[in-house]
Formats: sequence, structure tokens, C-alpha cells
Amino acid sequence: MTFGGGARDQETFAPEGQENIPHLLRELIPQASFFTQVTNQGILGHYVATASLATGVYETLNNFSAIPPEHPTVFEYFRKDLRRPASDAWVVAPSNGFNRIGESEYRSYGPGLGARVVLPKHLLSAATSGSVTDYQHLLRDNYETPFYTPRIGGEEFELQQLETILKLSVDDFKSHAKTLSSPDELSMYIVKRLMQQEAPSLLWITMHDIDIAHSGAFSLYVDAIQRTDRLCSELWKVVQSEPEYAGNTTLFILPDFGRDADQDSGGNGFQHHRTGDAASRTTWMMALGVGVREGVVYDRPMQSIDLVPSLGAMMGFSPTLSQGRPIQELL
Amino acid sequence: MLPANLKAEDFAAYPPEARKLVTAHLAAIQALPISFVPSLLKEIIDYDYKFPAERSSINAELAQLSALSSTQIQDWFQGFSRISLSSKLQEFDWVNQPAQFVEQESAHLWSTHQLDGFRTAATEYGNRMQPITKPEPLSVRRLGIAVIGQGAPSYEAPLFRRLREHGTYFDKVKPDNGMEQLFATVAARAQAHPIPYAHWYVDGGGADRSAGLTCVSYQSLEPVRKALLKNIDAQISKPGMGPEELRTHLARLSPADVGLNNLNDVALDRFQVRLFTEGSGTQIFSTTFVQWTTREALRRAQPLTLLARFAPRQRQRPMNEMLSSSHGESDLDFTGSLIDGDMAAYYHWVNQQRLAEAEKSSFIAWFEGHNQAIASAPSLPRGAKSSSAIDLAGLVKLATT
Repeated sequence: MTFGGGARDQETFAPEGQENIPHLLRELIPQASFFTQVTNQGILGHYVATASLATGVYETLNNFSAIPPEHPTVFEYFRKDLRRPASDAWVVAPSNGFNRIGESEYRSYGPGLGARVVLPKHLLSAATSGSVTDYQHLLRDNYETPFYTPRIGGEEFELQQLETILKLSVDDFKSHAKTLSSPDELSMYIVKRLMQQEAPSLLWITMHDIDIAHSGAFSLYVDAIQRTDRLCSELWKVVQSEPEYAGNTTLFILPDFGRDADQDSGGNGFQHHRTGDAASRTTWMMALGVGVREGVVYDRPMQSIDLVPSLGAMMGFSPTLSQGRPIQELL
Repeated sequence: MLPANLKAEDFAAYPPEARKLVTAHLAAIQALPISFVPSLLKEIIDYDYKFPAERSSINAELAQLSALSSTQIQDWFQGFSRISLSSKLQEFDWVNQPAQFVEQESAHLWSTHQLDGFRTAATEYGNRMQPITKPEPLSVRRLGIAVIGQGAPSYEAPLFRRLREHGTYFDKVKPDNGMEQLFATVAARAQAHPIPYAHWYVDGGGADRSAGLTCVSYQSLEPVRKALLKNIDAQISKPGMGPEELRTHLARLSPADVGLNNLNDVALDRFQVRLFTEGSGTQIFSTTFVQWTTREALRRAQPLTLLARFAPRQRQRPMNEMLSSSHGESDLDFTGSLIDGDMAAYYHWVNQQRLAEAEKSSFIAWFEGHNQAIASAPSLPRGAKSSSAIDLAGLVKLATT
């Protein structure tokens, strides 16, 4: 689960930020292996950075284009090496660009070997047949370029997903969506249904509410961090309560990257992630569940592209093209 | 094209003052690496529309570059010389479109993992230039004032937490006539030191024009925001238009394109248009507008006085709705705006501290209508608290003497 999009230490794990993450701090950290120095040396755009997390290679694709990652994704390694069906790897993601994150076009991997991707906002848009008046708050998108807000479109395929895979009637989905307050809450609702109905072995969830920081409203940025903190806790509770997951699941939580430091004159503090300074590159990661030591903090530096080779080592597949290194503390 | 091949006629499309300046320093510019020159031209091309402080800085920078020997140029620019650019970038019309080049160069640096090298080179260059472009001694100590939380009810969580270690926190401020006292302070400073663009008033609501002050307000620029939105709507519907193309389009917009036509103050007109075309969130949230305006005014005009007053912003709604519609009182987020303003006040102080003679400057932030304030000044202890009753005029006096 990516704690996204882009949160700084000072609003999270630094002493002054800890009030924003009570669930991570008090509920999850005591059960987790916590890595305090995770750096992202790649391009700090949300789609390209998330694609880099998923491939274990610092991707260089255009952040604002819906194009697949250049290198094989963790989903392709997982499915090909372990001969898993398409139903066993899923991505739940915000809409912009992320619809191509499930698989690369890399020869010998690529089409047909990746994850199925659910874009909850597309799904909601399809369910409401474009009449989204009551659901606008769940369809917020594209905080980085507010003037350029592409239409969120839904397709028949997605409506079929809703009914055949998630076992949800359109009316029930719409009715429940009305009770939610943000796009990430909508994503979490879909995640829960997916876990209950499909129970994939590999599930990737990308949160995005925090990226409201691009609007410059600090209060909304902090609200989103607090919401994401709560959703992380909710996810862990679902993992522990669902029979298919309880006792046999490992959960990783990490931001895709940070945001600019207050003191860097090239940026405007929390608002963006454009300077490439240490604050925008340095984040954290926690792992909890099966195979993970509880309550241990590791301060040694590691990179965000180390995630995929670590998953490979833990789950038994070989991400041969990844440029990261397995995290020994997890093996 | 490489800088070594530059000729005076290449700058024929530049505004007159900029053309004159670049021609006078052409020999120096020809000797510089291509990874650096467009950044310099990006500043020069807008010279005719720059504030006096910016003009002085550019003049000093170019004079220094012209005075460097070839050995010194090699030394100063070795970091930039190591940056490798694509042939596509080299062939780009960076003379006439330096801002667009810099944007594309930035993407190239990210994707080729050269950003850190470029940052290091730029930081070293900036450090070398800083003493050279340092402005004349200030005629009066700089004063920044941030007024936050207009209309907000009492707030239980502590305010000014980030600023407290840099100043004295006051919890018995007398709020009566506070704004009037602050306006009087600013007006008196403007009258005593009548320097162009040296005294600013930025308001998240409406602001009346005041003699001697440079005034920018969110409300008065509403027609500009609407014109901009209309312009953008027309652009977005064009084939091939994406976020990057739109940014390029926005960078080229002139004040006249969005209905600003103040021939007496082209610098301020340009400044105001850039607030919306370069700022993010300035179009939808008045708190962001004030924060960004304050940052840009300090960075560019380096004023002696800057009073920033935050008004309540609209609640968060879908992006299209926030961009396009008006809102009533019930749609305002008072507490959220107070929190936004609290952070923005800290950024106001941070940006002021980047300017010359920061060690002598004063800064005040006040929760409007309430009795909490923070003051930072050489004469005031840091990390301290005062529970003495004091009005805003007294606080200003305390912070500036």
C-alpha cells in the first residue's frame, strides 16, 4: 500500500508530525519492521514513481501519459514464475495514468501476464452513467495540474467487474459510495470487496488523497494524512479478519516519496515535490505480518526499488531485471 | 545552437531593454555552457517587466560574468559543463523560448539522473553570485506582517508552533482596531521611505488601493481568474493539448490576454498574471493565493514592508466546481483557513529570512480578532512567551525598535 501521494517526515514520523498518524504509530509500528531511511532516487512524479516501485527500476516514462512501465512489473514476475492466474494479482489505483500500471510491454513478459487494474473512480463514474452530482467529492483528481482535469470515463468492462467480480449491484455500490468522503475511502471500499470476493495473493493499493497538498492548503494535506493513517489501520484489520488473509499475509506500507523541505528555496515547502531535495526523496517503509520481525526499527539506508526484489525473495519469484537489492532484514 | 554561436541579431524578438542588455554582455554569454545559458536568458527576456530589485540583481550578475576571465569561467561553470543534454534540447529555440527550454531541461535532468549534479552546480553558482548581487543597504529594517484566521472562532490547538522558537509568543494581545493600527504602520513606512514596490499589501479578500502601497488582492483579480479559465477552456478542447502543452501556453499569456491592461504598471500586471499561471492552487483557494503572492513578492520585489492578510477560503469541492463557481458564507472553511494561514505565516517568515539583512528584520503574525500573536525581531527573545497586555501598534513598535 502506498501512503500517497507524497508525505513528508515532518507531518508524519518526525516528533511534530506524529499527532497525524496515531494508527501507524500506536497500532502498526509495534507489530512491524520499520525502515526509517528509504530513498527514492528516481523521478518524483506519482505515476512514474509508483511504476518504479512496481518494477524495481527507476522508470523514466512521462508522468502525465497513460503508458506502461518499460520494465516488467512485480505482477508479471509473480504470475509468470509462479504460474498464477490473472485473478491472483490486482491493483487498485487512482485513475490518472495508473490504468497502465498493471503490466509492461517488455518482451517475454508484458501483455497477459500482468495484474488486473481497478480504478474506483472510473467504476463509480460508470455506475452513475456519468450523472455524478452526488459523488463529485469522490471523483477529485489531478491535484498537480488543476486546470487540466480530464474527464473520468467509465466503460462497460468496469461495470461488469462490479457485478461479476465484486458481487456488487450498481445500486448497492452507489448507495455505499454516498457514505464515503474521499477517493481513497472509495478505493478502500473496493479493496475490501476484492479481498472478500477474489482474495488475490498479490494486491497493490495506491492511495492519492494526500496529493491535495498541490493546492497549497496545508489543512487539507494534513487531513488527508490523518485519513490515510486511518485507512492503513483499517486495511490491517481486514487482513486479520478475512479468513483468506488472516495469519498468512504480509503488508508493506510506504510513501512513493516525500515533499519539498521548507528551507529549500527552489520549492514551496509541503506544496510540491519538485526540488529533488532530501526531504522529497527520503521516506520510510513498514512491513508487518507473516515472516516479519515485530517491533524492530532499521535505520540503515535502502532504496524504494529494493521492494520488488524483497517481495520476490519472500514469495519465491525472480525479478531478474529489477535494479534493487533484497532487504536482508526481511529474509 | 550552442552559446558560442550566438549573434546579436538572434535577440531581435526580445523587448528593447532586454535586447540592449543581452547585446552588451554577449561576449560573456557566448563563453557559458548551454546547460546554464537558457536559465539566464529566462530572466533577461523579461527584464523590461521586472521589479527594480530584480533588475539590479541581473545587472550585477551580468557585469560579474563579463568580468570573469576564461579560466574563472571554466572554474565557475565546471559543474554545468558536465551536464549532458540531448540533441533535441540543443536544437530547441532556447534563445526565444528559454522558459520552455528550462522546463524541458528539467524533465531531461530528472530522467537522466543528472538533477543532483545540476542542483550542486546551481547552488555553487548561487553562492558565488550572492555577495555580488547583494542589494544596497536597506533604508529601514524589513518588516513582515501576517494576519491569519479572519472570521475563525476560537481555536484550541496551539498556533504559531513553527515560529515560536524564532520569536516571542504573546497571548494577551488587545485586538481592538488591530487592522487599523497595522494599516497605519504600513502607510507610515511607505510615506517615510517612498521607494517603488518597497511596500506591499496582499489580501485574500478585497483590498483598496492605498497611496504608496503595492496592493494585490484575490477579490479584485476575480475577472482575471475568470478570463484565464475561459482561455484555458478554449485551449483544452484543442487536439493534442495535454498538461505540458497547457503549461507552455500559460507561460506565454500576456496580461492583455486575460483582461489586464494597466499601462502604468506593466511589471505588476505581469506579476499578477504569473500568480495564476505559475502558481498552483492560487486559482481556487484564497489562502494559497496570499501565501504564493507573499512568496513571489519577497523573492522578486524584495519589499521593505509586506502586510499579508488571509481571508477564509472556500471549502474543498470537486476541482471543476471550485474553479468555476462562486460561493456563499456557508461554503467557507474558517478553521481550515486558519490552519493554512498558520503554515503560510511561517513560510512568510522563511522567505523573508532569505533576503538581505535578515538578521535585522522583524516579523509579526497575528490571529485576527483574537489575542494571540508572535513577533520575531533582533530585540525580542526567541522561544519566549509574554502575557503582558499589548495592542498591535505596541507590538509593531516593540518588534521594530
